[in-house]
Amino acid sequence: MHTLMQCLWRLRMIGAVLLLAVLAASLASPATAAEPDEEIGQAVGTVDADTWRQVKSGENFIDSRHDSTYNLINPSGETWRQVRNEWISPAGLIAVGGMLAILVIFYLIVGRNDLDHERTGRKILRWTVLERSLHWTVATLFIALSLTGLNLLYGKFVFRHIFGDVFWANMIMGSKLIHNYAGPVFGILLIVMLAKWLKVNLPKKHDWEWFKQGGGMVGNKHPDAGFANAGEKVWFWLLASVGLVVVVSGLVLDFPIFGQTRDNMQWANMFHAVTSLILMTVALGHIYIGTLGTEGALEGMATGYVDETWAKQHHNLWYEEVKANAGQPQQSDPPVADDTAAAHRPN
Amino acid sequence: MAQMKFLCDAERCIECNGCVTACKNANETDWGIQRRRVVTLDDGMPSEVSISVACMHCDDAPCMAVCPTDCFYKTDDGIVLHDKDICIGCGYCLYACPFGAPQFPKEEAFGERGKMDKCTFCAGGPAETKEEEYEKYGANRIAEGKLPLCAEMCSTKALLAGDAQTISDIFRQRVVYRGHEDGGWSSVEKAQNAGPDVSANLDEMAYDATRATREG
Repeated sequence: MHTLMQCLWRLRMIGAVLLLAVLAASLASPATAAEPDEEIGQAVGTVDADTWRQVKSGENFIDSRHDSTYNLINPSGETWRQVRNEWISPAGLIAVGGMLAILVIFYLIVGRNDLDHERTGRKILRWTVLERSLHWTVATLFIALSLTGLNLLYGKFVFRHIFGDVFWANMIMGSKLIHNYAGPVFGILLIVMLAKWLKVNLPKKHDWEWFKQGGGMVGNKHPDAGFANAGEKVWFWLLASVGLVVVVSGLVLDFPIFGQTRDNMQWANMFHAVTSLILMTVALGHIYIGTLGTEGALEGMATGYVDETWAKQHHNLWYEEVKANAGQPQQSDPPVADDTAAAHRPN
Repeated sequence: MAQMKFLCDAERCIECNGCVTACKNANETDWGIQRRRVVTLDDGMPSEVSISVACMHCDDAPCMAVCPTDCFYKTDDGIVLHDKDICIGCGYCLYACPFGAPQFPKEEAFGERGKMDKCTFCAGGPAETKEEEYEKYGANRIAEGKLPLCAEMCSTKALLAGDAQTISDIFRQRVVYRGHEDGGWSSVEKAQNAGPDVSANLDEMAYDATRATREG
């Protein structure tokens, strides 16, 4: 019995050795390579470097999650994280904070841009009711979106520590809801506003001269300006370019039900953050010039009418044309029902 | 202190989706939420290989780093958990996660995301009562001294869960028994130079268990 077992064992060993020899031979010779290929075909695949490369590439995979578009390892997420946390976030803080600091210093050194002459008391219609409603609605939405957006980017470093978890939870949830619902409304109204003011913001030759003189912000120079000066035109075209990127990228993020992929949303998020931080930074300048920085500018957007002196000083070309058209400036005391009044827009 | 990790032995995973089912059952997740998934590469081809994946409870978790609400935290066991009371469903964790772990029940208007849901390593989450915890986060098996159900129920023991040191020891042992060239982590160069690797085939895998006693 013992010898029989030994015999069988030896036979198996010889068989195994023979098999190995055949295998080795067939591996070495391409002509007979079919057999081991078949054998490998029945085996579980080898997990090698190629497998792990494939894992990252996102090719040739299926996933047991029915609607999943995520391959095993998605390295783009880490790139997005680095760009957002290490670059966009600090850069935004520097840009917005830096602009605030510049404005404070500018105000302290240069101060308000006052009217050079006494007001004449004669008022000129500059902004109609429709335009003012548009401006203030868009402005309110812009400020709401900026504050909630800043909270989404920086809030966690400040408010959770100050107010505690419960308040923070409500605050950040409110921020998201306001941001998501106000965003599309802002987008629509921004486009309406851009369309409304497109004509007066077309670049003219004298705008170049305006830039060369720095818009007359420092000193007593008053470069030529039509209805909109070159600075206002820059703000307009920034909103018409960068502003639209903010709107479009925001919409991609806001409604994640149209099949946009995770990579699409990473890109949309980076574009949205960068462009909106640019807008916020420039908007601070716009707000400064429109309120603290220039005497008589805010009353134009508040009441719709500006003083003759202000018009002559800041928008001389527009003033000349209004005067030429009307014979003489409109009388003081603006009419009460100004809904139908049309502002004169030659330039 | 233990450092909890999942490890999936790709040469043992047979794509039975038992882990997916076990997880769904243990945590009774919302409709459409599947915390664990099985990814198969080269399906139906000789090089087919499957691996089960969920939240990997990263040491340097990208979700934690980008969350605008700071709702994530790490337990002493290295498990990444999140507070659903603070989560706002913005989706940033999903953008950042390499494994597609965070999921959102699509339940609000205009496709607004609900509170994020992901694998908790069966460790529950922050809540006042046990019932609330189960409702929000699913099972807290860790509190009962048990490991995640997905790994406990894995039929081929491909999916391992536990302290990083322990499970990597188990995996290393397997690799040694398989005789896998270079420990299964062949460098690119070696893999390119080597012929087709027949050492890691189905038969070898089946021998894993028996070899341990035969040789050891």
